[in-house]
Amino acid sequence: MIHNGNGQPHALRHRFAAVQRITGLLLMVFSLTNLPPLLVNALYGENVVQPFLMGLWITLFTGALVWWPARHSRAELKIRDGFLVTVLFWGVLGLFGAIPLYFADQAWHSFTDATFESISGLTTTGSTTVARGLDQLPHALNFYRAQLHWFGGVGIIVLAVAILPMLGIGGMQLFKAETPGPMKDAKLTPRIASTAQALWLIYVALTASCALVYWCLGMNAFDAICHAMATLSTGGFSTHDASIGFFSNLWLEIAVMVFMLAGATNFALHFLAWRERSLWVYLRDAEYKTMLGIVVLFGVLVCLPLYFAGTYATLGESVRKGLFQLIAYGTNSGFATADPTSWPAYVPLLIVLSGFMVASSGSTGGGVKVIRLVLFVKQAIRELKRLVHPSAELTLKVDGKTVPNDVVYAVSGFFSVYIGMTVLLTFVMMTTGLDPVTAFSAVAAAINNMGPGLGTLNASYASVSDFGKWVMIFAMLLGRLEIFTLLIVFTPGFWRR
Amino acid sequence: MKIIILGAGQVGSTLAENLAIEANDVTVVDQDPGLLAELQDRLDIRTVQGVASYPDVLRRAGADDADMLIAVTESDETNMLACQIADTLFRTPSKIARVRSADYLREEALFRKDGLPVDLHISPEQLVTDYIHRLIEYPGALQVVDFADGRVRLVGVRAHYGGLLVGRQLKELPTHLPAEIEARVAAIYRRGRAMLPQGDTVIEAEDEVFFVAAEKHIPKIMAELRRVDKPVKRVMLAGGGNIGLRLAQALEDTVQVKIIERNKERAKYLSEQLNRAIVLCGDGANEDLLREENIEDCDVFCAVTNDDEANILSAMLAKRLGAHKVLSLINRLAYVELVEEGVIDIAISPQQSTISALLARVRRGDVVKVHALRRGAAEAIEAIAHGDPGSSKVVGRRIEEIALPKGATIGAIVRGEDVIIAHHDTVIKAEDHVILFLIEKKRVKDVEKLFSVGMNFL
Repeated sequence: MIHNGNGQPHALRHRFAAVQRITGLLLMVFSLTNLPPLLVNALYGENVVQPFLMGLWITLFTGALVWWPARHSRAELKIRDGFLVTVLFWGVLGLFGAIPLYFADQAWHSFTDATFESISGLTTTGSTTVARGLDQLPHALNFYRAQLHWFGGVGIIVLAVAILPMLGIGGMQLFKAETPGPMKDAKLTPRIASTAQALWLIYVALTASCALVYWCLGMNAFDAICHAMATLSTGGFSTHDASIGFFSNLWLEIAVMVFMLAGATNFALHFLAWRERSLWVYLRDAEYKTMLGIVVLFGVLVCLPLYFAGTYATLGESVRKGLFQLIAYGTNSGFATADPTSWPAYVPLLIVLSGFMVASSGSTGGGVKVIRLVLFVKQAIRELKRLVHPSAELTLKVDGKTVPNDVVYAVSGFFSVYIGMTVLLTFVMMTTGLDPVTAFSAVAAAINNMGPGLGTLNASYASVSDFGKWVMIFAMLLGRLEIFTLLIVFTPGFWRR
Repeated sequence: MKIIILGAGQVGSTLAENLAIEANDVTVVDQDPGLLAELQDRLDIRTVQGVASYPDVLRRAGADDADMLIAVTESDETNMLACQIADTLFRTPSKIARVRSADYLREEALFRKDGLPVDLHISPEQLVTDYIHRLIEYPGALQVVDFADGRVRLVGVRAHYGGLLVGRQLKELPTHLPAEIEARVAAIYRRGRAMLPQGDTVIEAEDEVFFVAAEKHIPKIMAELRRVDKPVKRVMLAGGGNIGLRLAQALEDTVQVKIIERNKERAKYLSEQLNRAIVLCGDGANEDLLREENIEDCDVFCAVTNDDEANILSAMLAKRLGAHKVLSLINRLAYVELVEEGVIDIAISPQQSTISALLARVRRGDVVKVHALRRGAAEAIEAIAHGDPGSSKVVGRRIEEIALPKGATIGAIVRGEDVIIAHHDTVIKAEDHVILFLIEKKRVKDVEKLFSVGMNFL
């Protein structure tokens, strides 16, 4: 757009002006997330004000500095810009989110550790570098960690779209770049802003009811709120070193399992169920049914060996430990009541593998998403049928609706890249001195935003080298942005005009 | 407002674009997933794929709580049936259908209260035909739009060297006109940019000047701006589709009409329908045919096939061969801007007319008519002032006292049968039809607010 003298004041004209404006704006809004921990700090009369004030001012000023030169830009976000903003935003926020952790100087003494913790929080991974001493951390810091999870859960950009209507149509490009799942065009409401608002409303309502249930089941208010935020976002940060095991309360564990599954369910389903006031919505949905099926099948495969190998004395205990760990890993939450590393036979590996395939599209969970798995299997069946009936016209359907072929191809592409990246990164992690199984579990934990790994990495990642931590930071972002959104920015074609 | 649009064709998608920008909840239904995907990428709307008249598809599109249904699919039958279904099953308050076929339109009883539940039926072909007809009526006009049932007209002309007003200030306009003739210049486009006219604005040659005046005064005023144009005597039409046929029927009694149609069967049909017009079977872009039929003596050449590119090329060719004035029907808005700078005198966009008609209906309050001026950059609006000085922001006030949105001017007022050209001290009374111009399209909402009654109590 060309402005001549009497038009608007000289607006910034470079091609990323819109990206710059929005990134700056979002940073300024994000700086406000330093306020709730300050409140918590005041409530408990502790003394960690400085780190959060640093976080607030540094983020606010940087945001303003980025935004100011581009404030007059009226250019709309193009599809390409949407990817860039999303990647920039997750990356940049991860860095700025690390500021309070770094300056707190309580458990994170290096820049790498603080960034790892911050990205792990935002991407709802839940891996921590704190080896021991979560219980002794100031309340504000533990709250801040849970809060990182919570904002990252449904998506910080979805939140921005909900509260910043001026993103307009550009908001949709961002939305699509951030939302997980193969079919992103299905909007709940005609306008993207009200769709985002609906998602957040459901998210807030679920989190609030979760916190209430936890509190009723015996957690104190602080733990209930922190754990509710970490559960619905399928994050996994706990305020205790022993995680949920700290409470050793059967009913609480059941509640955690239910809410982890709710977090790993497509939020569009929650929306429909709420609008139609009916739970049938869930059972009509192929993805949800498959998710439950996988949980039941894997549950049997996990619990029986535990019982028969004598890991736990009773069948009840085996089911309690086995199912909790399966759902915690599967939904990519990563809470723990036991360490599965020493469990018999194939069980530890199966539990890590479940992280790839339990969470649904449009949920807060990670992994390849159940719907992709369904499409992948149906595509395989279709290929088999095609061999039997070479001239048959075969349509792939989910829930009675035809799935376009390009979606199916995209799913195959996604699978191969996802598996490829997992293998590649496993080898990279092995160079840092981990054994193959541990390395694989670390990469799976990061790329699926799952959290705990196996072996030495079950409770904490403190022992991983700095290089290994950066690899995992990359893998976490890769998983949260579903590979392509992140990878596309590294292709030369993306930067060509 | 929750609006469902059936059909993602030219009209449907342009309409969706306009409505989505004005902050409505828009859902578009179409059978073609490709069209929908393209639309969804560009606009903040929801799309539903399926047959537009199926109840289940309508339900998925949110018909249960929709405020308005606009059916603009290719098929008249689908459009009318969808309105019927929306009425019976979903009690949709407002239903609009595009109906093209003259066979339906002829039967007025069909659309009466006890007939089909269609609140407004729109025939784009008829709108375009009327539009071209008016242009031919005023040779030299670029755009003619009616307000208050034609009592007031807005006319756009290109100022020429030799016009009396060219090179003078606008405030001199009244001194050139007889006392009883009044006009008001609403907008001036200079080199493609709209400007708000002031008293000391000097009209330059090649400016596009939009003025508003009572219908009977228009030819006099046009003479001020350009040399007197000869009345149109010979018209040539390229394309014998619905629009071509209607135009020929409307014109053949007053002027000499030649109509070129490529398809032999259709040409035969045309000749059966028309009495005095000459039907030529051939290609509208065939140089020899045009020469043979004395294109150089032709006053107006109108390309009205349904192919944009063919229209543009044949119009350009006709202009080069000597046609006095060439018009071309163009669906794609991008092309409209492209050609209006060049050889083609007037580009007519069928969507623009249809959308003006639809938008007037969709917009709330007492806005009865909205016309996009050339290229849709500015709008002319007809609004009715209701209420009394206490409840309305316009009634009982002098024009200079009204807080108009930026870039808006009041051009004229129609009071009963009288046309009053607006002055700064004209007082607006209740039930006046006020005609305004808006340089910035996004201010339409402010105009709606201005004319809504009672809001300022709050």
